[in-house]
Amino acid sequence: MRLHEYQAKEVFSDAGIPTPDSALAESVDEVVEAAEGIGYPVAVKAQVHVGGRGKAGGIKLAEDRDEAEEAAESIIGMDLKGYTVEKVLVEGAVDFVNELYVGVTMDRGEGKPVAMVSTKGGVDIEAVAEETPDAIAREHIDPAFGMHPYQARKAVYDAGVDSDIAMDVASVLTTLYDLWENKDASDAEINPLMVTSDDEIVAADAVLNIDGDALFRHPDLAEMEEDSYEDDLEQMAGEYGFDYVRLDGNVGIIGNGAGLVMTTLDLVDYYGGTPANFLDIGGGAKAERVTNALDMVFSDENVDSVVFNIFGGITRGDEVAKGINEALESLDEIPKPVVVRLAGTNAEEGMEILNTDLVQVEATLEDAVQRAVENAEEEQ
Amino acid sequence: MSILVDDDTRVVVQGITGGEGSFHTEQMMEYGTNVVAGAVPGKGGQEVKGVPVYDTVHEAVDEEDADASVVFVPPAFAGDAVFEALDTDLDFVVAITEGVPTQDMSKVYKRLSETDTRLLGPNCPGIITPGEAKLGILPGNIFEAGNVGLVSRSGTLTYQVVDNLTQRGIGQTTAIGIGGDPIIGTDFIDALSLFEDDPDTDAVVMCGEIGGEDEEDAAAFIAENMDTPVAGFIAGRTAPPGKRMGHAGAIVSGSGTGTAESKINALNDAGVPVGDTPEEVADNIEDFL
Repeated sequence: MRLHEYQAKEVFSDAGIPTPDSALAESVDEVVEAAEGIGYPVAVKAQVHVGGRGKAGGIKLAEDRDEAEEAAESIIGMDLKGYTVEKVLVEGAVDFVNELYVGVTMDRGEGKPVAMVSTKGGVDIEAVAEETPDAIAREHIDPAFGMHPYQARKAVYDAGVDSDIAMDVASVLTTLYDLWENKDASDAEINPLMVTSDDEIVAADAVLNIDGDALFRHPDLAEMEEDSYEDDLEQMAGEYGFDYVRLDGNVGIIGNGAGLVMTTLDLVDYYGGTPANFLDIGGGAKAERVTNALDMVFSDENVDSVVFNIFGGITRGDEVAKGINEALESLDEIPKPVVVRLAGTNAEEGMEILNTDLVQVEATLEDAVQRAVENAEEEQ
Repeated sequence: MSILVDDDTRVVVQGITGGEGSFHTEQMMEYGTNVVAGAVPGKGGQEVKGVPVYDTVHEAVDEEDADASVVFVPPAFAGDAVFEALDTDLDFVVAITEGVPTQDMSKVYKRLSETDTRLLGPNCPGIITPGEAKLGILPGNIFEAGNVGLVSRSGTLTYQVVDNLTQRGIGQTTAIGIGGDPIIGTDFIDALSLFEDDPDTDAVVMCGEIGGEDEEDAAAFIAENMDTPVAGFIAGRTAPPGKRMGHAGAIVSGSGTGTAESKINALNDAGVPVGDTPEEVADNIEDFL
């Protein structure tokens, strides 16, 4: 789960990390009011879950009231990489001499957390990591002990941070690690951590992503979740609780288990079709979930054909068949042809239950996908 | 023969009284697995499907001489359940639970390095030695005893590929689902080296997917250390960059590594043919045998 910048800054600020004066706004008037309160210059920043906001026109600097109005008008309501901007953060612009990067994340290869510091902040840190990996100092942390203060100092000195501010930066890093751990974060980052001419440091941006699997421990953070979806279908998937990704093809794909569903997508492509979506109904799905999945895929107007690929382990074929029947029998007319392939746990029971007047049945994955691709071609 | 589990393996099921725990205990026993005990705090003294339940894993191990456990404990308590299993010095722990917080797994992983126990999972379908034992949720009826080892990051993809093998009469020594989470116990390299050392495994299937660099690391291991031929499959060729496709690991950053292409290239360079379809994987295995 991703927090917005304004939410992450709140959490950081509460923990003692310095942040600029700021206020959230949802209209031009609110932006101007906030800017007057904070004092110019201010930055007006779109609060949406996309990277590269600045380059995409989602962050603008305003020196006076006219510019603040102009920035607010251009950003509020704009489409930023598929998301509509509804909220902006109005923030006092920081007069800085240097920009640093500090971050904590999980190094999955090592199985342990890693704290990072770089003097090349303010830019795309992933590009820095790729082009000049030595420009980022890294310190792996033993998750059983947490970060020792010496490790924060070591990372800061290894990165070459000026000694005038090194201890302050180390203290921010220690706080950031503690937050990362206590909030079950997957990533906690400040980029840039700005250094002013009088050696103050200020978090000018804030990233805090929480491990969705750990949200049960953090009801306060779970409450901060603001759903944002690229379109109605993704919103529907969120409500139904599916792993769903919309793609730009016309063969709708439903299956169980991420690996098998991805394989089904790949086979659609291999046999000359184009996948319309990735939809994983997950493990142990009951009939209702299957009905919802079909409802979702039929709701996508690009879909010309549907393939259902189930290999039951924990999922039972009879439950899947019931769900398919329920979904299709409730319709006056089946909008697009559906191919079903059922294998594994209770597949035979499922095949007996399945209303084969309403669907086409294939015994193998390969045959099912080929038939679905042919159906899509015929429908076009 | 087999790796890691066989009909002598004595299994304790952690979380045996839950819905999944009791259902799959029955399934495992029907398959022939030697389930000797269950462990659920507060449920000591009960029986599930004729299996005695103890309050602690320590008690279950002491009383029933178990040497492996299968964890069906809900995500909030799964990390603690694995810690408990590790504290009893079991040989093998299989964690089926999906959705274990990553920081919990990081701590488990650290503790694991201080023990002699092997962990499989979490978020995995488990392991099966056809005709002998299964620890987990794999559908037993599609497997057949034979001479091919299989290791996979995805459960249902494991079933698919096994089905393609079994349909043409190719059986398996052992099949292992290692799980798709960011931090797991047994990884590709661990499983591949066990298969390499198993005299009865004549070829190995390795099923990977986009995300992470485990397949690239495994390719390097195969090139350096394996005489047993390996056939590969990589799911997610059509996945768009930046999107997460279900598994925590299955995300493509778009930065060159972790993509299907980089994994397929690495495997090809290591002499591993990568099938375009599961059927082609079976073709490649047939060529090896």
